[in-house]
Amino acid sequence: MAQDRPTASELFAAIIDFLREEATPALDRADPRLGFQMRVAVNSLGILEREGRLGPDADARERSRLIALLGRDGALAELNAALAAELRAGRRDERDAALMAHLEATIADKIAIANPKWK
Amino acid sequence: MDVHTPSASSHDTVATALARAAARHFGGPARIDGLSRQSGGASRQTWRFDALVGDRRHELILRRDPPGAPKGERERSVAIDRATEYRVIDAAHRAGVLAPAVSFELRPEDGLGEAYAMERRPGTAIARKLLRDAEYSGARPRIAGQLGAILARLHGVDVTTLPPLPRREAADHIAGLRGSLDLLGAPQPVFELALTWLDRRKPAPLARPVLVHGDYRTGNYLADANGVTAILDWELAHLGDPMEDLGWLCVKSWRFGAVDRPAGGFGARETLWAAYEAAGGARVDPARAHWWEVFGTAHWGIICLNQAWKHLSGALKSMEHASIGRRAVETEVDLLQLLRGAA
Repeated sequence: MAQDRPTASELFAAIIDFLREEATPALDRADPRLGFQMRVAVNSLGILEREGRLGPDADARERSRLIALLGRDGALAELNAALAAELRAGRRDERDAALMAHLEATIADKIAIANPKWK
Repeated sequence: MDVHTPSASSHDTVATALARAAARHFGGPARIDGLSRQSGGASRQTWRFDALVGDRRHELILRRDPPGAPKGERERSVAIDRATEYRVIDAAHRAGVLAPAVSFELRPEDGLGEAYAMERRPGTAIARKLLRDAEYSGARPRIAGQLGAILARLHGVDVTTLPPLPRREAADHIAGLRGSLDLLGAPQPVFELALTWLDRRKPAPLARPVLVHGDYRTGNYLADANGVTAILDWELAHLGDPMEDLGWLCVKSWRFGAVDRPAGGFGARETLWAAYEAAGGARVDPARAHWWEVFGTAHWGIICLNQAWKHLSGALKSMEHASIGRRAVETEVDLLQLLRGAA
């Protein structure tokens, strides 16, 4: 059943704005260390908002790429474990263009959620 | 209630113990003035205070691990204890490294846990201020060179003046990071790729390992309007490859947004290396320094995962630690950039 508005993203935005603009300055006055912690929390809420919006498609794309790369099916975590084992054993490395394209795409999706400003 | 202000009892306990220890050290009744907690979580606390003895005011810092404070797996395995740290800082200071002068150690009967006092140096460690505030505009062009020169002296400390320290070479570090990944459980393809790259190219152990600071980066030194005033945070000191410190300082995370100035956010790698060599440091082989920068990047990423694990494992309930886990991907971006440039 669809929820009423605000959507999840809209509600996150409203909470983030309130915490950033009203709660954080008050905390800074009371105790700068708490103000710092609130900034960390507000930043994490931003991550959750982006993850809710972008995460499911990113996971699906990652899984399809892994199926093509490894030539087998499986859950996302299982496929990543298989890839990680191949990388530790040195059976694949940075000279493998298909591998690198997969990792670049995966990390691009991850950073778009965790910290889109990172460069 | 303000949960971060130390309760009156903990504040008073620290003040009383410091007064006793300061009296013992300075040889006369001591009064403690201006005691306040600076930073740190439950473990690894930093407090500032003045000890008034006779007509003298000693401006000091207390470094402290309270008794029974939780330590993460990694802290237990790689950090030195406070007594060893005290001796390393003292040896470095005596050798002319810009380290604070140590003052006195607390004893078990003082009840503060592992703790010592040292001189309070001027300046700030806050990267954002050093990189952006007008007050430090004169210091900024100097810092990269100063850090190189200080590091040359640090690596030149006579190892026979040091307490026993762990020796960690490239191979030990790689094994340690793989162990961390196994402990954390979730598969990490980019870190595995980087560790294999590192393993295949690892520098040979040195015949004579040197004192390595182990956490030599922006955020861990103080600077004022004239530049660097003190090197702090010695708890990861060990014996190893001097290039480890040069590489770590250039990890992108320690540029705090000033990404085009690799030397801690303040200058070019070449500026850092030239100052290091001019001050008596070993000649810098760019390939070896690059290896340590790639290593440092992977290292910081895995530290981020470890920090989150402290919270997730229940060792330490901390929103801040949990959040750091989501910073690991920043180093995955950087690792792919680094490996693309130098495969």
